[in-house]
Amino acid sequence: MPQIICKDLCLGYQGQEIIHNLNFEVNKGDYLCIVGENGSGKSTLMRTLLGLQPPISGNILTGDGMTKRSIGYLPQQTVTQRDFPSTVWEIVLSGCQNQCGLRPFYAKAEKQKALSNIERMGLTKLKKRCYRELSGGQQQRVLLARALCAAQDILLLDEPVAGLDPVVTEEMYRIIEELNQKDGMTIIMISHDIEAAVKYAGKILHIADHVFFGTTDEYIKSGRSRFLTKEAEVNG
Amino acid sequence: MAETLDKLSMYLQLPFVQRALIVGVVIALCSSLLGVTLVLKRFSFIGDGLSHVAFGAMAIAAVLKLTNDMPFVLAVTVICAVLLLRMGQNAKIKGDAAVAMISVGALAIGYLLMNIFSTSGNLSGDVCTTLFGSTSILTLTEEEVWLSVGLSALVILVFIFFYHKIFCITFDENFALATGVRAKLYNLILAVVIAVIIVLAMNLVGSLLISALIIFPALSAMRVFKSFKSVTICSAILSVCCAALGMLISIAFGTPVGSTIVAVDIVTFFIFMLIGKIFGGIKQ
Repeated sequence: MPQIICKDLCLGYQGQEIIHNLNFEVNKGDYLCIVGENGSGKSTLMRTLLGLQPPISGNILTGDGMTKRSIGYLPQQTVTQRDFPSTVWEIVLSGCQNQCGLRPFYAKAEKQKALSNIERMGLTKLKKRCYRELSGGQQQRVLLARALCAAQDILLLDEPVAGLDPVVTEEMYRIIEELNQKDGMTIIMISHDIEAAVKYAGKILHIADHVFFGTTDEYIKSGRSRFLTKEAEVNG
Repeated sequence: MAETLDKLSMYLQLPFVQRALIVGVVIALCSSLLGVTLVLKRFSFIGDGLSHVAFGAMAIAAVLKLTNDMPFVLAVTVICAVLLLRMGQNAKIKGDAAVAMISVGALAIGYLLMNIFSTSGNLSGDVCTTLFGSTSILTLTEEEVWLSVGLSALVILVFIFFYHKIFCITFDENFALATGVRAKLYNLILAVVIAVIIVLAMNLVGSLLISALIIFPALSAMRVFKSFKSVTICSAILSVCCAALGMLISIAFGTPVGSTIVAVDIVTFFIFMLIGKIFGGIKQ
């Protein structure tokens, strides 16, 4: 059974529809990239998938033991976070908060989980450092470690490489790929970068007037990817 | 100098001065705890708005001739805090505009009511006391003292109990919501606690200066410390020291309590900014 099924989904803000009748499904272990132009509704779709805003109509069905507590989320950075006094450790640990319920303090197992995720992201040496003093790539890895603390099996990423330099971008994609291949995590990623999407993702959801949903091979055959990269070149 | 010290030690033996000192320190401790969250959540304007609401509520209490106005003021402020939080989420009237509306509205209505229904001969003195707290900390009844201490203890307990949750929703509310943390509930608790703190702090520094008491220690601590925990602890210590020092100075030199405490807070802020600059400079 798929983890997420979106059925006739209409999305938007304050009654204004941006996306009409969207249908797609996500299976366990999928690597799905959501691409599309600015304002096409990629972020709105992600916010809806996360339950941060209700759909105008249609349904999101979840299965395969999916609950809110199995979702990890890597948001785009906010302005607040840029001058937030906090250590790497405090931030990563806060990812475990969804397992705490009303319990005021973290359990040993949760601290262990945070530690192992810090190690997994290669942040052990930075554990006590202040978040705002880290480089962009390091900050993303901190937020990813936090997402892994919250997630059991599905990871939603909102433009994880925005503002990173090419080397760090490669590194980030490698980490995400590893999470997908080695740990079998389902990845749903918003991206501007069609080239990388085609390179890494197994499935593509292209949001535009004509929505495309299918495997990456089908996407390449459909010629949509070429169209978009060309357009990007013209714009850029 | 010796004369001032003599005067100070004489005053310190008076029971109502001792009471005032204890209550002042406890209130300062509470108000600093949530400072970091308020500053970082861009909530400091809500604190400001609520303090004006508390002023309005106090005016109404005076008109109704309530002998013990604190419970009434507390209730009104808590309700407004919850409303403001709700409005902040509602896109129709933007959060800051709503706060501005309610806060200046309450201020104006409060003064108007006090003016029309005033029973005391010294109206401007009354208004001044409510706005700047000049002497109210020294005239607390025993009942009010216990209420203040009790509420402060409650605020501190709630803060410790919800410390990690507050961190979580302050750093990233969307992440908290998306992963199944009950962020809305914790926001509500936060709003109620802020309201309680504001009503408490009104006794100490008056409604216009409350924001200073809440945000200055946090801002000072943020200049120097780098983890959420150390910033919180530092701002609590700073706030207590500044309040104690401010009150002692005001007793010794007869200056108004509230503004003296805030002045000490401001001086501390600049000292910490300097320390931050020096140490930050070395690191880079």
